[in-house]
This record gives sequence, C-alpha cells and structure tokens, in this order.
Amino acid sequence: MTFDLFVIPFFGGLLFMIIVLFLKYSRWIAMMDASDRVKAGMAFFSASLPVTIREIFWESLLHRRMFKKNPLLGFMHMSFALGWLLLILMGNLESRIYSGGHINPPYYPIFLKFFIHDKRVLPFEIFTLPGFFRFTMDLLLLFVLSGLGLALFKRARSKWFGLKRTTRHNSFDKWAIISLWLIFPLRLLAESFTAGIYQGGGFLTNSLGHIFAAFLPLKYLVYPSWWAYSSMLGIFFITLPWSRFMHIPTEIVLIFLRNAGIEQGKYPGSFSQIELRACPRCGVCIDVCQMNEAGLTGSSAVYLIRSLREKQAGVFLHSNCMMCGRCLEACPVGIDTLGLRVGARGVDNRQIEADFTYLAKQPVPATKADVVYFAGCMGHLTPGVKNAMIKIFERAGIDFNFLDEDGSICCGRPLKLAGMQTAASKLITENTKAILGTKAKILVTSCPICYKIFNTDYNLNGMQVMHHSVYIDTLVKEGKIVLEPAAFRAVYHDPCELGRGSGIYEQPRNVLKQIAEVADVAQDRENSLCCGGSIGDLAMSAVQRNIIRDGALSILCESNPDMLVTACPLCKKTLDTGNGLIVKDIAEIVADRMTVSIKQTVSRSLAGQMSV
Amino acid sequence: MAKHVVVIGAGPAGLETSAKLSKMGLRVTLVEKEETSGGHLKNWHTLFPGNMPGLKALESIKEGLDENVKIQTNTQVTALEAVNDYFTVSGHNGWQEKADAVVLATGFKLFDARRKEEYGYGIYENVITSSDLETLLAKGNLFSNHKNPARIGFVHCVGSRDEKVNNLHCSKLCCITAVKQAVEVKQLFPETEVFCFYMDLRMFGRHYEELYKEAQEKYNIQFIRGRLSESTEDKEGNIIVKVEDTLLGKPLRIKTDFLVLMTGMEPAAGTKSLTAMLGLKDVSDKFIRPLDEVLQPNFTDMPGVFVAGTCSGPKSVSETLADARSAALAVEAFLKE
Repeated sequence: MTFDLFVIPFFGGLLFMIIVLFLKYSRWIAMMDASDRVKAGMAFFSASLPVTIREIFWESLLHRRMFKKNPLLGFMHMSFALGWLLLILMGNLESRIYSGGHINPPYYPIFLKFFIHDKRVLPFEIFTLPGFFRFTMDLLLLFVLSGLGLALFKRARSKWFGLKRTTRHNSFDKWAIISLWLIFPLRLLAESFTAGIYQGGGFLTNSLGHIFAAFLPLKYLVYPSWWAYSSMLGIFFITLPWSRFMHIPTEIVLIFLRNAGIEQGKYPGSFSQIELRACPRCGVCIDVCQMNEAGLTGSSAVYLIRSLREKQAGVFLHSNCMMCGRCLEACPVGIDTLGLRVGARGVDNRQIEADFTYLAKQPVPATKADVVYFAGCMGHLTPGVKNAMIKIFERAGIDFNFLDEDGSICCGRPLKLAGMQTAASKLITENTKAILGTKAKILVTSCPICYKIFNTDYNLNGMQVMHHSVYIDTLVKEGKIVLEPAAFRAVYHDPCELGRGSGIYEQPRNVLKQIAEVADVAQDRENSLCCGGSIGDLAMSAVQRNIIRDGALSILCESNPDMLVTACPLCKKTLDTGNGLIVKDIAEIVADRMTVSIKQTVSRSLAGQMSV
Repeated sequence: MAKHVVVIGAGPAGLETSAKLSKMGLRVTLVEKEETSGGHLKNWHTLFPGNMPGLKALESIKEGLDENVKIQTNTQVTALEAVNDYFTVSGHNGWQEKADAVVLATGFKLFDARRKEEYGYGIYENVITSSDLETLLAKGNLFSNHKNPARIGFVHCVGSRDEKVNNLHCSKLCCITAVKQAVEVKQLFPETEVFCFYMDLRMFGRHYEELYKEAQEKYNIQFIRGRLSESTEDKEGNIIVKVEDTLLGKPLRIKTDFLVLMTGMEPAAGTKSLTAMLGLKDVSDKFIRPLDEVLQPNFTDMPGVFVAGTCSGPKSVSETLADARSAALAVEAFLKE
C-alpha cells in the first residue's frame, strides 16, 4: 500500500508551496539586472559555491551566529532546522531500503510508519545496529521536540534566550507558528498510536504507544491522528510563503546571491525583496536598538522589514532610525538593514529639485600638495577640531591644502541617508572634481560621515582616503609627531560611522594610549552605542535624542573617567552636555600633547638659517 | 527673640530680600558661596533703562542692609534639612544655622558659550560674550587694540531657545541687552558697522521698543533676522560669520572684527543642587517651579522654603528686586502664622 487519502493535505500543501516559491523566485530573478543574473549564473560554477554551501551549513542549519548570541536561542533554531532536515533525510533513506531502492512519492517517507509496520531486521541493518532507523528516527524527533519545548519556554522567559523584547507577530505568522508547533507533537502521537498497535516504533514511540494502548482506543484514534499530522503540514506549507518562515528557503537564496557578489544597489530591487523574506523575525535586532530607550519601539529593523514586505506605508517608521548600524551588526542573517531603510526613504522622499548652480563655483587650491584636508561641515561646526588638525599638519611639517577652508559643499552622506540619491550624486560629482583637482595623494577628513561616503560612493582614482585618527596614528608611527603622556584616564567612544560603518577601531585607541590611560567601556567597538546626535534620523525630537545620549553617556562614564575622547565632531558635540565632563576629539588631545622631537628642532633651525 | 531666616545667595535678589526681612524685624543670615556679595550685578557695566552703572545699583540695594543681617561669605550650602518646625542649613566649611524659614536666591549662571563651538568662543580671540563686553566697557578698554573696528556683530539667543543645547526657554533679557550694547558700541565707535543677528526681537519691557527704534533710526544698527550657522577666523583674526538673512532669503558671509555672543541664562549650579536636594519641582528648563507661577510665585512645594529672583526663571534686575520684595512679604506672612 503506497497511498491513502490523508496524505492529500500534506501533498497538496507541498505542491502549492513549491509552485508559489517557484513563481516568486522567478519573478525576482526576472527583475534582476542582467549583469546580476550573469553573476548568479556564474556562481554555480565558481569558487564561491563551496563557500556558499559552507555558509548554508553553518548558518541556515547549525545557526552559528544565533549560538554566539545565546546558546539556548541557537539550540532552539538548530533543533528545528537540523533536526527536521535529518528527519527528512533519514526517512528517505529508510523508505528507500524498504522499497528496494526505488524512488518513492514525497509523502511516502514522511508517513512511512503508516504504510509499513515491519519489525524485521532489514538487510542493511545487519551491518549496523539492529533497529538503527527506528532508534535514530525517534531520537531525531525528540531533538526537534526539545526545540519546540524551548520555543514554548521562550514565550514565558525570553530573557533566558538573551531577548528582553520579542517580535510582535501578525496573523499569518500566528497561523504558521501554531501549525509548525503542532506538526511534531502530532507526528509523535500518530507514530506512537501506530506503534501502540503494531509495535513498529523506536524507544520513544513504542514506549508511548504502549502507555497509550493501556487507556486509549488506539484503533479508532490512529487514522485521525495521521490526518491531523498531514493537515498541519499542509497548513504550514500553504502559509509559509507569506509568513516569517519564508526565511527558511530564502535565506539559502540570499547566501547564494551574496556570495555571488550581488549587492543591494542604489534603489530597492529584487535583492532587497529577497532580503526582506530572509528575515526570520527572530527579534535579535530589537534589544540592540537604542530607539527603545526613547520609547520608539516600533521602528526596529524587524518591523521595518515586515512593513516593507507587506507594502505598508510607513514614512514615520522609515524616518525614525539613527542608522547607527547596531541591528546590522547583530543580525544573524546579515541583512543590510540600513540599505533597506535608505531604499524605503528614497521612495518616501520625492527627489527634491534643488538649485545646484552654486556647485560650479567650488574653488580649487592653486598650489599642489600631497595631502588635502577636508574638515567637512561638522569639522567646521567644531573649530577646535579643525584648528587642532592644522596645528598637527604644521607640527609634522606636512605640506597640505585645506580644501574646504572657506566652507564647502556637503559630502552627500546626509542626503544619501535620507534616501535622496539623485541630489547626493550631484554633490558627489562636484566634490570629486574639486578633490581630484588638488592632485593630492592622500585625502584626510575629520568627519567619519564624510569618510564613510568618500570610501563607498566616490571614485577618487586611487587617492587614499584617511580619517584623521588613522592619519595621526601614521604620523606618530613615522615619528613625525611625538606625543607626551599626561596623567589622566580617558575612555574612547567609537563613532558609528567610523567604527561599525568603516571598521576603524584600533588606530584612535593606539594614539590615545600614547597620551592617557584608556579605561574600558562595557559596550565598545562593534557594540558601541550611538551618541544620539546622528544625522541618520529624520524624525526624532531633541528630547528623545537627549534620552539616547544620556543612556550612552551613562555607559561611557561607568568608570568615572577624567575625559571622554571620540573621533567624530558630531559625537563630540552631542556628548558634551556642559555638565563638567571634558569631551574632546582625538585630534584636539594630540594637538595639546605634541612635543617637538630633536630631529624636527634641528631641521627647523636649519631651515631658519637658510631663509636668513 | 525675633525669628531667623536664612537667605541663600547674595545677589540682588538675596540682598533685597534680606534688607526687606530685616526691616520687618526679622533676623537674617545671608549665605554666599563667593568672597563678595553682588552676584552678576557687580560685573555689569550699565543697566537699561536709565544707564545706571551696575555697581551703583548694587550700592543702593546694599544700603538697605542693617545690623540684623549677618552675611556669611565663602560658604557653599551643602545640606538643608527640615527638623520639626525649623530648618538646619549647613555649609561645606562646617558653618551651620537654624532657621525658621529659608529663601533660595541662588540665581542663574550664564550659558557657557563654548558649548556652541561653531561660534568659536574660547577658540577665536575676537569672539566674546555679552558679559565680557560689559566687563570691557566697565574697564573702559573696549577694543583698545582696534582703534576703529570696521564691523561688529551681535548674536542673539546663544544658549537660549536652542534645542541642540537642551535650552528651550527664552532668556528674555538678551534682546534688550544686545540693543543696549550695540548702541553703546556705536556711541564709542560711530564709524563701525554694527549688526544684530536675531531670531525674534522680544522688546517686552517699558522703553525697550523705543530703544530698538532708536538703534535703527539714530544709530543705523543693522538688524538681520537669521540664526548664525558658524563662524571662522581668517589669518588676520577677523571673524567670518555665516548666516542666512531669512527675510531676504539669502545666505550671507560677513567679515567682522568682533563677534559678541548674547549668552542666555541657565539655573545656577546652586539652584540645581538645591532643587535636587529638597526634591523641589522644576520644569524642563531646570529652573525651580514655584507653588503657583501666577498667584504664589515665591512659595515652593515645601512650606517654609521660598524662592526669590532668577532661580525661578530669567528676570531683569528690576523684576528681580520686585520679586525679592514679594518673597519677603511671603516669608513674613508665613512666619506670622
């Protein structure tokens, strides 16, 4: 017997899901740029394929990043993913052996215990353990059920899983999650009832069957239980493409495309659509979001992604984010949450037709120098930083041009973050002309916001872009400036755009350690907190910003430091509340603590004699 | 024996309250953290209207003090406790007094203009504050190394009505002070072009509007509506101001010899610490909130503790003195009960 009516809900659901997934993925592939399609096609034959397979194994099955976040959370996700996959694989193998190697219909291994009540030792098992499959299949089922137990426990005690807040679910998710949770207990019941009658199960199902047989009329219950099991599978498959569980197939696709070198692009496209569906709504991004502190709980990455996926309007939700990148850092799936938000803002904010005629008047320095300095808007709003840099250049004897000495046009990053890509591009084009016009080799900037976009969106023909903290570190290492230590204890605040945004963590610390004792901060480097002054948010009030700033300050000042040092003019401005704590930029500290090295004294006095 | 009142803070408000309480036959101890009394008034060149020198005004106020008022200087109040029907007030140096009532006259502090770093105070030599200007006027050496400055700019609302520095309130006196100082500068240097950069001009007091009109018509002072975005220093030490004229809708760059920042008023450190110490209510601006701002401006939530002067919000000297007298009456009424 290889067919029964009860398999129809499962089989129908599975076919339905496969057709829907096929249609959806085909549409996204069709929407892709031709070049991306070529990249994706090539990826099947390139060296990225083993990398992709490895990543799928580690992340989609074992959930390594989830384990790093919290072992219980990792185990919960792993038991569902790996346990279920192994159940399917083992079931297939087992059914093949029974059917003598023939390919069976897909429902056959799933409901094998319904079709086969065989207690014989199979030929294959003679070489392994008697009852190998029965034992293994029960063990795997127990493995999945342990994950289910954890999932239920997580409802009550999410803190044990490292989550203070969990995702609020919509109705599709609720249907899907209820069916998912019922699948495995129903499988257990169906198999136990069957084992209660035929004794064909393993350690778990046989024992349970034995118990059930004692007080339940299994003869009547066994068939409905298989129907129920099959129906739950059917419901799960039918709801999957519209629920959070769409992430199961889509994360695999995302990993593949990402390793093929496909990126989000400037405007939302099919890659974004795939990212939206690769989000499991695990909620890891919710707790790391500092917006919660200011009572803005609805705009975390998970809700952004869901609202985009469900095509809900959400200008306020899109606008309310500091773009600090903490969710990006935390996301176990590696979804570019910031890019998605910028894309959404681009759709919200009509492309403003501003007057760009003033751009043509950008002055280009007349003299040539190897180094060009760009203070940026924020550098100009903190003249202390700008002046410190000039002092440092002069002391190190560096020939430099000050590109925006008389003010300048914006680097374009604030516009880009607001989703105004077209306007940003105009500024980028003009700035590029001015920068390249200096014919310098190194572009030094004081502002991490400018630094970030110089690296990501400017084509500067190989000109090296350096943030001033990195440049100062180089000057110190080359002996061009000598720093004098002072007796104070400082903490260093990692600016979002410089740290998480650009991966620069150590150079500013190296410099600071030459001058002061640097105390540790509980949340630093990748986990650094946003100062609250971010230009990335388009909707927050000053009061809300202050709450976020004060939260960050309390963490930064836990060790009661003498000074708070950062490497971003905006962070410096924001964190300086005038309450007595000294807040300085790394450049200002350096400018204060430079001594003249002997070499410099000699060369300078020689230069003096020559000019006389 | 006459009842005893401790007045904290010997600025105009504390001095006037003490003088009036003493006239009412009460014993007063006036505690001051600094070496001398007088508060901000002793550093202020002239007052408007009437151009009375700050020191002269201070002398007149002090004339009201008599032997019933004991002044305790160099004493920072560190504790104030209500014990049964009296208060114990203690200072950092071990000084302690019992009091039947306490008047908080801890006043304001000027906004630290360095927090608006984009304006360059503390970085560029020729950026000064309104308070610095008064001191220079008092010394009689304003711009002594610049015989004839070509241009001078006054920047209104520095640290007031500015969300970015967490001060939403209007300090209300900076407008008239800027107009007064602009006129004084123009009187000293008739050839100099004087600019005032403002958001709104709040000429609420008697004679204020008239002076503003005179400043424009007689002294040709330029009032430009626009908030300064930033200032830079050129190689000669001039201050280049970037501002948008929001009436003309045009961005401006103006080269000035000096830039004067009209710093606003914030609650003094002592005001803040006493508010916290006593658990008194404040509002977002951190000034003390009286029991009722309209009807009982000198009472607080704590019976026996009163407020006088600018610790409950920005006030001119004349308003401060009126408030101090009102506080004295409130204290007397309370002690009679």
